[in-house]
Amino acid sequence: MEDHISKQKFMQELRRYQKGSVTRRHFLGVTGLGAATAVMGAAVPGLRATTAMASDIGDRVVLATWPNYHDQANFDMFTDKTGAFMQVNVFGSNEEMLAKLQAGGSGWDVYVPTNYTITTYVEEDLIEPLDLSRLPNYDAAAFDKRFSDAGVVDGVVYAVPKNWGTTGMAVNTSHDGGKAFTSWKDFFDRTMDDYSGRTMVHDYQLTTIGAALNYHGYSFNSIDEAELADAEKLLIDVKPHLFAITSDYQPAMRSGDAWLTICWTGDGKQLNTDIPEIDYVLGKEGGELWSDYYAIPKGAPHMEAAYALINFMLDPEVNAREVMAHGYPVADSRTNDLLPEEILNDPILYPAADLLDALEFGAAQTLTDPNRAELIARFKSA
Amino acid sequence: MTQRARNWLLIAPAGAWLLVMLVVPLSIVFVFSFGERAPSGGYVPAFTFEQYANLPARFTAFQNTLILAPLGTLMALLIAYPLAYQLAVRTSEKWKTLLLVLVIVPFWTSILIRSYAWIFILGGRGLPALLESIGIDDVRLIYTPFAVLVGIVYGYLPLMVFPVYVSLDRLDKRLLEASSDLGAHPVTTFFKVTLPMSVSGIATGCMLVFILLMGEFLIPALLGGGKVFFVGNALVDLFLQSRNWAYGSAVAMMLIVIMLVTVTLYMRLISKLNVQRDDAALM
Repeated sequence: MEDHISKQKFMQELRRYQKGSVTRRHFLGVTGLGAATAVMGAAVPGLRATTAMASDIGDRVVLATWPNYHDQANFDMFTDKTGAFMQVNVFGSNEEMLAKLQAGGSGWDVYVPTNYTITTYVEEDLIEPLDLSRLPNYDAAAFDKRFSDAGVVDGVVYAVPKNWGTTGMAVNTSHDGGKAFTSWKDFFDRTMDDYSGRTMVHDYQLTTIGAALNYHGYSFNSIDEAELADAEKLLIDVKPHLFAITSDYQPAMRSGDAWLTICWTGDGKQLNTDIPEIDYVLGKEGGELWSDYYAIPKGAPHMEAAYALINFMLDPEVNAREVMAHGYPVADSRTNDLLPEEILNDPILYPAADLLDALEFGAAQTLTDPNRAELIARFKSA
Repeated sequence: MTQRARNWLLIAPAGAWLLVMLVVPLSIVFVFSFGERAPSGGYVPAFTFEQYANLPARFTAFQNTLILAPLGTLMALLIAYPLAYQLAVRTSEKWKTLLLVLVIVPFWTSILIRSYAWIFILGGRGLPALLESIGIDDVRLIYTPFAVLVGIVYGYLPLMVFPVYVSLDRLDKRLLEASSDLGAHPVTTFFKVTLPMSVSGIATGCMLVFILLMGEFLIPALLGGGKVFFVGNALVDLFLQSRNWAYGSAVAMMLIVIMLVTVTLYMRLISKLNVQRDDAALM
């Protein structure tokens, strides 16, 4: 290596580095900045490279995840520690995530599939088996099996647990006239009555069809044609009374435009914390219990960074900060030990056992069933 | 090199572009439209007309598009024409550039962000709150066909203003003076001289806006709240949610056919109008 580098050569290398065609280590080495940093680092303790920094993971990591689901401070900390900046893509549904991976070239390094999708990803060869030796922060024994076993298919670990939660409804109780919502029957009947024009449902099949099936007392996962026909009729009848069909329901609930929506645990918690009259309720007929995972898509462009990010997020302290920010419970006992009592006793996050037992995990065929896919598409274009 | 060979060489880049960017993708969509959905989504080759037979299931999406796209185009024209007229005929050179820049400025910001702004304007704390303060209660604007119409007219207005402006700017002002000297009322002058002379600008503007509106999906999704569904939304859904590429392709083919038919009819009408004008000019 030369002692000096010309301005032109430096700019060329900088451009290559910015385009991602050379690694950070190569850039620092060629430009001499590495040597300079090393000298500075030795002189100034705060600049000394951490172990993560030393194990060069590349300049970026691309994460595909859900809305309102992370603590930005943790992302910033990861970038500070590793030098890899985080590019985050937000999605509204597992169907959409699967479609992007099926089409190829998603460019993601880490994604966050939900329990019932993982076997499909394995069948379609879209998911990387995890090398647990590269995830020292993952301790299988610390996780509640109920929320971690969907990550293991045929004895191979493909995904490690992120959070779990429920799908219920958020109700603005200041308009309920003293009659509380307790069921999906209430949800749809009152949408056609005193909550007309004020209700939102998700814009994808699993939960919206699931809730309509629960209304009739059927399974959330049903793919029975007659039962789906009943669900469709209900949804078509309700449609004129809906305020919107969207998975981004927080803005309208906060502004008071909408009073009722299908809702996930964390959004329910976030709404309830800021606006106490918004209550989070589980339907007594049932509904969804789910668990999300961290996984790596086949052929991820920044594999090293993917492992580094997942390992970082599974650090119990980092994970505890995540829970405080987004309000979704984790199944990791090490993380729970770090959480304050009022979170562990929160009925929104940890519902009563009888309500929880009525819930169902989504099933793989619920995701891939062509009739459910076509039903929701007909409902939306009706 | 012969002249002929040179001509081919000059056409080659554009031809290759057309082939790679238009003919090949369209052919793929055409072939896909006769296929079937793979069990877990995607496409498997087949030869069936099932997807086309199923098109009526998207009737409402086609209906919404075929009502709101022409209506949006017409509204954009009604707003753009006086604006373009003012800019081209009545405004001094000094102000012209500034005002034209003001028309373009919104284009420098993403339509996504500008549509989000309308969510707040039309949402409960925006215009409806204002109306309530003057005693008009319970007005719902957001997530209605009206909101979508406002969004598309707002979003596509500059595309209508410019072609109309250009045609009016080229207009020989002496013709207007002549008309006035010969005793025509300004209104007569407008209808007999100005309007016919700007038909080409109107035609271009309407085509630009209409064709883009037929494929629109962002504004209906944001301002229609998933309730005012366009064919564009049906396509996004079929490819990203239902993962039914075969049916999605059939819907896309149908949209292309409808566009080809309406645009051809429209062009015929315009050329007819132009011919009539030429006839009138000869008399």
